[in-house]
Amino acid sequence: MSDYILRVVDLHKNFGEREILHGISFKVKKGETIVFIGPSGTGKSTLLRCINQLTVPDKGHVYIDDDEITGCGHRISEYRQRIGMVFQNFNLFDHLTAVQNVEIAPIRVRKMDKKLAREKAMEELRRVGMEDWADHYPAELSGGQAQRVSIARSLAMDPEVILFDEPTSALDPELTREVLEVMKDLSKSGMTMLVVTHEMGFARSVATEVVFMEGGQIVEQGPPSEIMQNPKHPRTREFIGKISEH
Amino acid sequence: MDPVTFLTQFLMPALWQGLVVTLELVLLTAPFGLVLGIGIALGRQYGGPALSTACAGYVIFFKGCPLLLLLFMLYFGLPTVGITLPAFTASVLGFILCNAAYNSEYIRGAIRSIKDGQMTAAQALGMTKAQAIESIILPQALRRAIPGLSNEFIYLIKYSSLAYMITVVELSGAAKLVATKYFMFNEAFLAVGIVYLALVTVTTYGVHLLEKRVAVPGMTGKSPA
Repeated sequence: MSDYILRVVDLHKNFGEREILHGISFKVKKGETIVFIGPSGTGKSTLLRCINQLTVPDKGHVYIDDDEITGCGHRISEYRQRIGMVFQNFNLFDHLTAVQNVEIAPIRVRKMDKKLAREKAMEELRRVGMEDWADHYPAELSGGQAQRVSIARSLAMDPEVILFDEPTSALDPELTREVLEVMKDLSKSGMTMLVVTHEMGFARSVATEVVFMEGGQIVEQGPPSEIMQNPKHPRTREFIGKISEH
Repeated sequence: MDPVTFLTQFLMPALWQGLVVTLELVLLTAPFGLVLGIGIALGRQYGGPALSTACAGYVIFFKGCPLLLLLFMLYFGLPTVGITLPAFTASVLGFILCNAAYNSEYIRGAIRSIKDGQMTAAQALGMTKAQAIESIILPQALRRAIPGLSNEFIYLIKYSSLAYMITVVELSGAAKLVATKYFMFNEAFLAVGIVYLALVTVTTYGVHLLEKRVAVPGMTGKSPA
């Protein structure tokens, strides 16, 4: 078994003529929280989507433990069960209540007994502080609540890694805080997380490593203290300077 | 003959028999029309190029073909190639083919109105496309398609009268036979009109109840307060 729970090797992706990912490689150990920062349109979200093959990369490899995800054909749905994903727009299932959103994948994909799945779903909702909202539909939840439910939905599949694609970008500052709190708890409990975000406070307090991306490439990576206080690359310095202004 | 005697002695029994046939036509057609409609909509939306084109072709053909012509072909045309269908069977078959074509359009429109994120989230959880369609896409799409589908169902109630043109004595046919026999056209056609109106009204109310039952806050109809 590999030391690394997730390995990304030389990932390339073009959309037409536009090159979005230009040879991305990195490794993640179990329990690490990797935060991806960088200007908009530098391929951070595409990178996450290439990891669970929602977007199929043109070149390169992704491994979870020692299993290659890239080019695995129809077995991709098995690998996706091991990789959770949380979206900027939550993408909760509109026709299901909070608890149904959380239990549906265990029931349909894992064929879990319905009663057990309900118990598990309630447990995950408790974990994100949403158990009192179990019977509410997504349209009845605030953005922060919806995002917490979507985190619980991910957790219900017992993933080995969770990908967070700008989880708080659609939220106002107050709601952002409640979601970040849940994510911090998760990180501290040992969940392996890849997070694309602009929340520097979050990066500083929980990231094992911060990765600065630009133009589809990793410009610089290192511990948060190093990247945020003492960046080596001028572009990193410029970016950190810009976002610390406000 | 006085109208009351005509109504109670001759018209009502005939209409009752006709109504039973009409209901049989409609209730046999509707479930198959719905299932076939769903299949065609899914084939068009998610099928490969060949399947998708075939489903689109189906819709063009059966939307473009006048239903009466379709019934004539099934009942009078098919025997010349060695397939003889009873009139009732030919009617139901024709109705299903037509009903499904229209249903598929309502369902396809509803599927297309669902945000991509729903499918993406389902797949990210490890659902296959088929599981996602079954558990996430269709439950939402069918809710949104209810108004269109119920319209189609109401049309079906009324165009089921075309079965009379290939000798199936349903509601309209029964009324016409009695009217001709006793020369009481206004009475017969007025009465049968009332029966159709009642059928449509009951259906409309039923659809209203169904919509209320499956309503989801923020997804269909009114948004939450």
